[in-house]
Amino acid sequence: MTQQSEIQAAFLRALKQYGGILLSLVMLCVIFSFLNPRFMSVVNFMNILQQVAVVAIAAFGMTWVILLGEIDLSVGSIIAVAGMVGAQCFAFGLGFAPALVVTLLAGALMGMLNGVLTAKLLLPSFIVTVATMGIYRGMVSLPTNGAPAMIENATWTAIGTESFLGLPIIIWVVAVLFLVNHILLSKTSFGRRAYLTGGNREAAVYSGIKVDRLKITIFMISGVMAAISGVLLSSRLFSAQTNAGMSYELDAIAAAVLGGTSLAGGVGTMVGTLIGALIIGVMNNGMNMLSVPYFYQLIVKGLVILIAVWLDVRAKQAKR
Amino acid sequence: MSGSTTDTILEIDNVTKSFGQVAALKGMRLKVRRGRVHTLLGENGAGKSTLMKILAGVHEASSGAITLDGKPYRPADPQDAAALGLAIVFQELSLCSNLTVAENILATREPRRFGFINDKALVARARAIVADLGLPVDVSEKVGDLSIAQRQLVEIAKGLSHEAKVVILDEPTSSLSDSEAEILFEIIARLKSRGVAVIYISHRMEEIMRLSDDITVIRDGEYVSTHDRDDVTIEALIALMVGRRMDEIYPPPAHERNAGAAPVLSVDSLTRDGDFECISFDIGPGEILGFFGLVGSGRSEVMNALFGMKAATGTVRFEGQPVRFRSPAEAISRGIGFVTENRKEEGLVLSHSVGWNISMAALSDFTGPLGFTRSRAERDAAAKEVGRLSIKTHSLDTPSGSLSGGNQQKIVLAKWLLTRPKVLILDEPTRGVDVGAKFEIYKIIRQLAAEGTAILLISSELPEVLGMSDRVVVMHEGVIGATVSGADLNPETIMAHATGFKS
Repeated sequence: MTQQSEIQAAFLRALKQYGGILLSLVMLCVIFSFLNPRFMSVVNFMNILQQVAVVAIAAFGMTWVILLGEIDLSVGSIIAVAGMVGAQCFAFGLGFAPALVVTLLAGALMGMLNGVLTAKLLLPSFIVTVATMGIYRGMVSLPTNGAPAMIENATWTAIGTESFLGLPIIIWVVAVLFLVNHILLSKTSFGRRAYLTGGNREAAVYSGIKVDRLKITIFMISGVMAAISGVLLSSRLFSAQTNAGMSYELDAIAAAVLGGTSLAGGVGTMVGTLIGALIIGVMNNGMNMLSVPYFYQLIVKGLVILIAVWLDVRAKQAKR
Repeated sequence: MSGSTTDTILEIDNVTKSFGQVAALKGMRLKVRRGRVHTLLGENGAGKSTLMKILAGVHEASSGAITLDGKPYRPADPQDAAALGLAIVFQELSLCSNLTVAENILATREPRRFGFINDKALVARARAIVADLGLPVDVSEKVGDLSIAQRQLVEIAKGLSHEAKVVILDEPTSSLSDSEAEILFEIIARLKSRGVAVIYISHRMEEIMRLSDDITVIRDGEYVSTHDRDDVTIEALIALMVGRRMDEIYPPPAHERNAGAAPVLSVDSLTRDGDFECISFDIGPGEILGFFGLVGSGRSEVMNALFGMKAATGTVRFEGQPVRFRSPAEAISRGIGFVTENRKEEGLVLSHSVGWNISMAALSDFTGPLGFTRSRAERDAAAKEVGRLSIKTHSLDTPSGSLSGGNQQKIVLAKWLLTRPKVLILDEPTRGVDVGAKFEIYKIIRQLAAEGTAILLISSELPEVLGMSDRVVVMHEGVIGATVSGADLNPETIMAHATGFKS
């Protein structure tokens, strides 16, 4: 095959795979730019990317979990815990780097608990993470008795507010994490094992895949991704809030599912999830610009998710 | 053939079916008569399933005519097909394991009172159906608690629970033991005497010759010929089915085995309470050791223990060293492969590609230092196995679930060949596989043995065990009844041990 036709084939494949949701994304953009001329601008798109960053990163982690046929509802709570852990580190006088490490470790630990309970005690992940969602959310308030904690570390707050090479740092973070997750999922044997295990757990066990370890690792990835989301969110807010990231797990699930990740496991990509997160970001931003009341936004978002997933399912059925 | 046209209950005339570019059926013909068993014989992929799905109302024929009882037959969906008098027992189990036998048999047709399901009537009705068929099944038991064989009997009861003019049985005996198959044969005889026509699909030639009145052979989606059972031989049918002569079903050993070689695997007093007790045997390189026993005799449980799936007490030596595998990963890394019994559950990831499935157990061999998959090497290796085992697939990217049973089984074999095992466990390697693919699988087994692989061959088909094995371990209710070799390798001796007549 010549290089050009190879690129062409790859493009057609991508169009076939993501055509439905890409179309949804473009249509949303067109509709919003008709309703508000300021929507279609570089500045606003930068805005959307920054607003969507927190959800997108959590959604990358969620994609791994859903790919395995599991679910992680504790993501929103981990986001809040991460911010609080960061704030407490600074209160103890730690510098930026150690505080970041401790925060990410906290995320990994919380994910590990989810994973161990699911894999070793054989509890359904839905139940495990409903429980830890509450536990982690409660833990956020322990150090401050429910009050928010200010963060004054300049490096930490710079992540959410400063730019690097003309792009907001927050966008760099999303881009790098997207690439890391995408490569890990699509190019490594670890990613392959996730696909295989999600497709048929029993067959994976018989083929020598250490399913328990894989599951725990993947819940840890989800925990770390949520912790990074928590860092970004707290840096934008200059503080750790006890109700930070509330119900973000639902946006993360929606982004992954919009992007074609199957709740039955075995199917999904990071590219799809990124597009899914963008759809959610565009909707939030567009409706905010139009000053649509929050409760209408919820209704519209729910409907758009239903329609997009339905279109996707229909397209896949037609292919058979 | 005698028989007037009024005798014909179902006639299929010049039916074609295409899926996109692919023609699955071309000019299919079939004439089924009342009160007779009509066997449909063909390799996997010959078009049997497509034809059955058209009859069941799952697919619609692209062209051609079907008449049932003199009237044009065009079912809109499976419910419609059932209402028109067609009962189908599919090969794939379609039962809900969390429900009881009675609930499954009468699913969607539960007797109701005031809109609620009338449990008493439900159980009574199901019990009547089961008793009428002579099935040894308790209708209040959960299907999940039944053995595979019992489930298949329930499936049959479900299919026959409403009045039918034509009954289709798609490989009904594939997981039944001989005694359970007898129950089925009695049911078939009773159906015949009531004037019901039976379309029978099976790969077991002895069974077909015993049951059938008429036999129609199809190949590559086309009608080949129809025969009266008494006018045809097994050899002739196989030749028609595969389109070539097959002198022998079981290929002879390709080599002289070195019987004096040290055993690769020796098992001593392997025990797990409730499953098996004091299992001891040796297997040398290049040896094919058959494992025979009735369903429930504990053969698969022993293999699961050897493979590190479940714990057991006793000693296992691999190449002379004592080993205790705590997981399949450990067993695989030492050189044990396991072609499991149910390819759809434990063998394949049906939604994923042929290539991914083949490399699945050897993935670490295709992993670079940074964890990256070496996909070029992986694809080359998978392509080589596809060629070596002549797996019929469109490409390496085809989902494995879309292939025929025989080809799926070859993918599972390919997966384990890629790990280059020293001991390969084969649990029912030819179940639900057509004769042509069976022969190819036997050839592969012989070739592996010739290359020095020790093979544990578990099978419920006695001819297969006898035809392939150097020695046979016969199991009965969790213990080894006997290990037979040489002149004792005959059906009588083995069955005697398997049924526990000899101790």
